[in-house]
Amino acid sequence: MMGKPQVTKKVKCVEFGILSPDIARKMSQIRVVTPDTYDEDGYPIEGGLMDLHLGVIDPGLRCKACGGRMATCPGHFGHIELVRPVIHVGYVKMIYTLLKTTCRSCGRLLLTPEKLEQYRTLLMEAESTEEEEDQSLEIIEKSKKASECPHCKAKQSQIKLIKPTTFYEKEQRLLPSDIRRRMELIADDDLKLMGVDADNARPEWCILTALPVPPVTTRPSITLETGERSEDDLTHKLVDILRINQRLRDNISAGAPQLIIEDLWDLLQYHVTTYFNNEVSGIPPARHRSGRPLKTLAQRLKGKEGRFRYNLSGKRVNFSARTVISPDPNLSINEVGVPYEIAEELTVPEAVTEWNLDYLKKFAETDKYPKANYVIKPDGRRKKVTEINRADVLEELAPGYTVERQLMDGDIVLFNRQPSLHRISMMCHRVKVLPGKTFRLHPAVCKPYNADFDGDEMNLHVPQTEEARAEALSLMLVQDQVISPRFGAPIIKGDEDIITGGYLMTQRNVKFSKNDAERILMKAGITDIPEPDLPDNQYSGKLLFSQCLPKRLSIEYKAEVCRKCPECKKEKCEYDAYVKIKSGRIITGVMDKVGFQGTLLNDITRKFGTDESRRFIDQSTALVLAALMDRGFTVSLADMEIPKDAQTEIAAVLKDAKEQTNAFIRKYHAGELKRIPGKTLEGTLEDNIMAILGKARYNAGNIAAKYLGIDNSSMIMSRVGARGSLLNVTQMSAVVGQQAVRGGRILRGYKSKTLPHFKEGEIGMEARGFVNSSFYDGLTPIEYFFHAMGGREGLVDKGIRTAKSGYMQRKLINALQDLVLRSDGTVRDASDTVVQFTYGEDGADPMKCHGDDSVKLREESYIEERREEEGSEGEEEVEYETGEEDMGFD
Amino acid sequence: MSDLFEKYEGKLPKKVLVELKEATKGLKSPEVKKTLERVYGEFVANKAVPGEAVGIIAAQSIGEPGTQMTMRTFHYAGVAELAVPQGLPRFIEIVDLRKEPSMPVMEIYLTDSIRKDEEKVIAFAERLENVPLSDIATVEEDFAKKRITITFNEMRLNEHGLTVEDAIKKIEKAVRRKAKEKKDNNLVFEPGFNTLRSLRKFVDRIHETKLCGVKGIRKAVVLQEHDGSGWYIKTDGSNLAAVLKMAEVEPSRVYTNHIREIEDVLGIEAARNAVLIEAKAVLDGQGLKVNPRHVMLVADVMCYDGQVRPIGRQGVSGSKSSVFARAAFEETVKHLHAASIKGQKDMLTGITENIIIGQTIPVGTGLVKLGMKQGK
Repeated sequence: MMGKPQVTKKVKCVEFGILSPDIARKMSQIRVVTPDTYDEDGYPIEGGLMDLHLGVIDPGLRCKACGGRMATCPGHFGHIELVRPVIHVGYVKMIYTLLKTTCRSCGRLLLTPEKLEQYRTLLMEAESTEEEEDQSLEIIEKSKKASECPHCKAKQSQIKLIKPTTFYEKEQRLLPSDIRRRMELIADDDLKLMGVDADNARPEWCILTALPVPPVTTRPSITLETGERSEDDLTHKLVDILRINQRLRDNISAGAPQLIIEDLWDLLQYHVTTYFNNEVSGIPPARHRSGRPLKTLAQRLKGKEGRFRYNLSGKRVNFSARTVISPDPNLSINEVGVPYEIAEELTVPEAVTEWNLDYLKKFAETDKYPKANYVIKPDGRRKKVTEINRADVLEELAPGYTVERQLMDGDIVLFNRQPSLHRISMMCHRVKVLPGKTFRLHPAVCKPYNADFDGDEMNLHVPQTEEARAEALSLMLVQDQVISPRFGAPIIKGDEDIITGGYLMTQRNVKFSKNDAERILMKAGITDIPEPDLPDNQYSGKLLFSQCLPKRLSIEYKAEVCRKCPECKKEKCEYDAYVKIKSGRIITGVMDKVGFQGTLLNDITRKFGTDESRRFIDQSTALVLAALMDRGFTVSLADMEIPKDAQTEIAAVLKDAKEQTNAFIRKYHAGELKRIPGKTLEGTLEDNIMAILGKARYNAGNIAAKYLGIDNSSMIMSRVGARGSLLNVTQMSAVVGQQAVRGGRILRGYKSKTLPHFKEGEIGMEARGFVNSSFYDGLTPIEYFFHAMGGREGLVDKGIRTAKSGYMQRKLINALQDLVLRSDGTVRDASDTVVQFTYGEDGADPMKCHGDDSVKLREESYIEERREEEGSEGEEEVEYETGEEDMGFD
Repeated sequence: MSDLFEKYEGKLPKKVLVELKEATKGLKSPEVKKTLERVYGEFVANKAVPGEAVGIIAAQSIGEPGTQMTMRTFHYAGVAELAVPQGLPRFIEIVDLRKEPSMPVMEIYLTDSIRKDEEKVIAFAERLENVPLSDIATVEEDFAKKRITITFNEMRLNEHGLTVEDAIKKIEKAVRRKAKEKKDNNLVFEPGFNTLRSLRKFVDRIHETKLCGVKGIRKAVVLQEHDGSGWYIKTDGSNLAAVLKMAEVEPSRVYTNHIREIEDVLGIEAARNAVLIEAKAVLDGQGLKVNPRHVMLVADVMCYDGQVRPIGRQGVSGSKSSVFARAAFEETVKHLHAASIKGQKDMLTGITENIIIGQTIPVGTGLVKLGMKQGK
């Protein structure tokens, strides 16, 4: 590589056109004549479809055209001389319009010479391709209508197309040979007017006389275990074409009647048609012996598994690994734990220079872990380093060589989890080689990957060039992705146990002995131990946590546990919800969701940069989890249990709800129910009942919460925003509540009832899917069934949603992918058309924005923001369980 | 003082300037100057960098939360008929730019003279509703005698401000036939058809005849304004052009969710804003935080051509200049054939094309071109 010019050739443009028979013959290596492929010995037959001039697919053989072997010969085209011309299905529409718009006898466009001249100038003046296309369409429409040729005065008869490929002129069959003759007559200038590029696409080329035979390499045959050869679908189709071609030739030379010849001709047309596209409407698709439709040319290209989307837009790569993931809070968010087994297999190329020669030689010397797997010579040949040639390799290693050494700590890799819905689904990590067989990642980076550890797998890629590494490191490093470009707030953030831990640790009366404090701080990698702030050499949790805050940080905000009192007592808050940090020291307040996920992390990132936010996430995670593990935190069945008193209270609430419901039902039956305007009477009743039942569950939940107390683990988690909500606690301990299908109570089932257990027309709460039990008590069979109904709807809904939103995203990406912000501040598409003169109207980067604002003007805006959020929570809405929780694995 | 701000006119966004002016009131001019400098400094630092793939980021930012959107429809309180799709279905509807939204809705505010009077607003709303004949009259057909008798319900007629004469005129015009007999509120037709089928068709046409109201508006409901200062009308069905012409309507506050109609009546700029507002409303309604800049870009892509085009093969993606890009999206074979007939050239300026060819994509670092003299 060294010394050689580093300039690679670039494709500037690709031109499309129709292959003329002349070129098809010229690029052909051989004329294929026999429909047979191999002889008895399994050797390709000369003049057959597997002829050695068309390329080689068998190891050991040599190509007769270029002399190359399997690896070097790219394959060559051949051709079939069709005895009679045949129409190309893809161009039938164009042939049809051309037949209709040109004179049946002289081939001129059916417009007066003056008109022609006029259109010609118009077309010259057209500014965009779209304008040209519109112009051409107009010309076509106008000329179709002529009944007499303005040039030769010939009468124009009507032409009909019987799909897919048969043309009629006044009940008289137009044979492809006739059509071809007519196409030849059309002048280049006239074609141009109709939007046909005559230089690259003469219409007569659409009536095939010489059919190109693609190289065997594009249609390789597979040898089955039994030794039998199985041919590619394309080969099968070509065999069909050759057979009929042969029969047609024989019949013609034998002087068979015209009828028989035309039948065979049609058959040839059928085979050529299905060879190009086997999904043409109007004819049955050609089938394999097993009944499976053949995959011919068009099918190879189109669709998700077609050439374009499967092989061209997405490409397979080397230097990648995939395995199950698991969490490791001791890692940095920038790191990824890689199993030894994988590190041994993946390699990083390092160019040998005189300065790193000794360093790289060390890899070639050993056969232990960080070793050189391969060495690439200056001539580009790759050599595996083995016990036998190790000495030789060491000897010859010199500048100009490249050593492919095994993956080591600190190497730069890309880490990805599908579905890659946004750019932070693929980020740059530094390698940390670890024992074990899974990839390890910091729990805080689960969010952007949308990963959990119930069996998820992830992919790892090793960039192979210096440029790729530099770009990955400076653009894709995890710590630089803390702020989401979607909404301008942190997306990489501590979650669940980290929040619980933070809260429990920073509560007011939490004390740590000096011993514990030092151990916990050590775990977080903090060696700067502060003086104890409590008597008896003890530390408060607030002080310990403060150690991972930046020293210059001062901020005040309201925590998640805030009860939104009408008047804030600020520092004297009884729930310790007013967080005040001064010079990196927590004065009051607890660390919870707002701290780990919003305000605090956001502020650290904006003020002190991403290095600091990485440090904060790394240290706080380790610190908090160390403290949490000391304290211990579990949820067990016993945590769901509520005392008898509570159960009676809840039962009373439910009984009351039932009575209210029944009262409404009675009113409904008696015809006393007042209709809500715009709703039916039934709708009114449903609305009322749903409101009652929603309220009942809410009240039951509050009763349960009251008895469970603030120290209940589930309650803590829901309160500090770690996991779950009051609804989840309610359902576990108090009552599961109304099951919903299609946004309302369960209605369908049997005639006028949901299950056979009910009376016809019964609309009471149990009969319409209200679950009185809690998960702790267990559900009755009927309740269980209703619950399953709700759950099933959730699953189905989820499936449909992912499919729909996936397609929408594909459309969006496709429409927007070419838009790039240019150096002049405009956003333009691929054809340099301006889409926005200033990006986003002010040119601000959403990732650097504070929420929606380009500049943050007010320091205390956080507190205001929260106030606004509270205000906008809106009307009370009855929430139903939709059963959308993750079920099962992955 | 104001000259200080003038210097930053056009350099800082208007909204920021206004806010700054408010915030710096009472400050001395050196302090204001310092503040402005700092704000400008941060603004420049927060600008997006050239080469940024803003399109992809926007598409991802909108597509990614798509999985979190719900599929339910929202029912307006009190108006069961107005079931407006929310979430994913509505969003797809916006980017696909359906000819007619599945639930066209208008919000009509009236001029000050009327809007405070609920009665008047209700009366006006009734005039908006497009009432079919079958709502105001009973139609009896006598197939044996081939006779059709229409009996008007005068009360309902009055409700909509119609007289029998008006109604008769309208019906006659609609069915293009003179009535056989006219007796107080009875109308008799003998169209003289021979087949039963054509008679049935004729009856259907009578049923469907719209006697008053605005075409396309099926229902109009009166609701109280948010600040309680008056009443406004919410409609099922939309006809912006007709409503704007009505004297009672305050034209600056009329709204419809029908994007194509907005384009037809108010033009492309309004349509672009409509896309932006509608899309943002869906995202906000779902509680999804998305920077408006992303939504803006989607709206601009749909509109920069001078007409609103849907995202997808019928619109933006289908009219790209690159053959490869179109072929790789949808309708592969069709695009390849068309390209060969026209002898099109793919200049390989977009993303997909270059990925297909295997070259560096012209985004970010790949956008920078360097000229280099080859060494001796």
